[in-house]
Amino acid sequence: MTAVSIIPVLASIPELPDSTVLSIEHLYKSFGDNHVLQDFNLKLHKGENVVVLGKSGSGKSVLIKCIIGLLSVDRGDIEVLGYKVPELDHEKIDQLRVRVGFLFQSNALYDSMTVRENLEFPLRRHWIQVKAREVEEMVMSALEDVGLSHTVDMMPSELSGGMRKRIALARTLILKPEIILYDEPTTGLDPITGKEIIDLMVEIQKKYATSSLIISHDMNCVKIENARIVVLIEGKCYAEGRYEELKNHPEYRVKQFFE
Amino acid sequence: MNRETTALKTFLDEAGQLTRFVFRFFREWYRPRYEFREFFRQCFIIGYRSLPLVGLTGFIMGLVLTMQLRPSLVEYGVESQLPAMVGIAIIREIGPVITALIFAGKIGSSIGAELGSMKVSEQIDAMEVSGTNPFKYLVVSRVLATTFMLPILVLMGDAISLYGSYLGVNIRSVTSFSLYWTQIFDNLTFSDVIPSFLKTFFFGFAVGLIGCFKGYYSNKGTEGVGRSANSAVVVSSVLIFIIDLLAVQITDIMGYN
Repeated sequence: MTAVSIIPVLASIPELPDSTVLSIEHLYKSFGDNHVLQDFNLKLHKGENVVVLGKSGSGKSVLIKCIIGLLSVDRGDIEVLGYKVPELDHEKIDQLRVRVGFLFQSNALYDSMTVRENLEFPLRRHWIQVKAREVEEMVMSALEDVGLSHTVDMMPSELSGGMRKRIALARTLILKPEIILYDEPTTGLDPITGKEIIDLMVEIQKKYATSSLIISHDMNCVKIENARIVVLIEGKCYAEGRYEELKNHPEYRVKQFFE
Repeated sequence: MNRETTALKTFLDEAGQLTRFVFRFFREWYRPRYEFREFFRQCFIIGYRSLPLVGLTGFIMGLVLTMQLRPSLVEYGVESQLPAMVGIAIIREIGPVITALIFAGKIGSSIGAELGSMKVSEQIDAMEVSGTNPFKYLVVSRVLATTFMLPILVLMGDAISLYGSYLGVNIRSVTSFSLYWTQIFDNLTFSDVIPSFLKTFFFGFAVGLIGCFKGYYSNKGTEGVGRSANSAVVVSSVLIFIIDLLAVQITDIMGYN
């Protein structure tokens, strides 16, 4: 199967100043009196894997939704691939979303559509100029990447949890994003399937040279090779480093994640 | 804050949210990009698939109404007016209202549950990430489909109902098909047909809008989905009666009654 290049209709692609593809500075986000993110800072470099580790309800999913513009921020800067997310209008944010993939915690596959239609949906919606034959090739190529080309005409309800996760990943991959945001990619999966999904994520990252931001509390995600780990406590980046460094961190609140 | 104040605040909050939702609908429906494909798909689901239910209930309604009216008319010696009375009752009031209530039960609940489950399973967020305006794709297409499909269903339901009535008339007496229809159409006027037809657009709009509103702002997981479906039916049914009341008052003021 030949690889098909994607030519999105982009007005202008901002130049990147260095290898930083995602930069968050002094980010604040509250819901009423619940201060979820307080002065949060983060940088993601090209080709890097960053895992944001935190307890349930610590604001990990809020962070990732602010990055993609699904939630507005109260204060602070988010710059993704040269776009300043809080300042973007609808047109510009759509341009950015072509280049940033998002794997939802619940997979978010459209129940009323087949696997094929689920994968075609972002292609057709982003005004990408591709012919019907090329769409078919792209769908099959994405499904082959996740090893599920035989499910193309199945409905999401006919798939197992692991298969649904893989299809959701294929849908994320179909636009060949430069950054992939993973929201709890192994939640709800058994340890073996969870490990398979992580291996698949690593494989995809190597194949497409993407940068990954992984939100998780799963230790298997933390152990991804060369991953930089950011520990999110009280809405702040509390500690940062590699697995081996943080495992022996003097602060108990950090160390307890690795015990 | 006591319970009454909290309830009032919740009601006012929801009324404000609904008002913003309505304004957003009118702001978005005429702007490109137009979701024609989804609109026609919804017309098929909402219109065509509701037809058997509307037809069956309409047929039974016409038959039963005729059988119930006959004894009273016989008592006053005006049995011959039975087709005209049933025809006016069905076309002016019973047909549009009963069809709209059935429509609210079937379509309002299904829209509320569908959008509610899409909301809690993050499918609406996924749509937004995929470069789609979910409000336009999900809400505008469904509200327009209900607005245009309900009047068509009411017309069909009325026709089937009158066929049911024809059967009812012929249970105890013999009336020819042409005489039956002649009696109905001779007694129908512009003011019977047009206002009752026009109000069905508002019924359809209310059912679609409330179903979408309840589903779109669904929360609290799967429990919230059930609640969205339930309240979509309750609120839209009440709205149908309120719109009907207003329509009768307006046509009365305009001298069409």
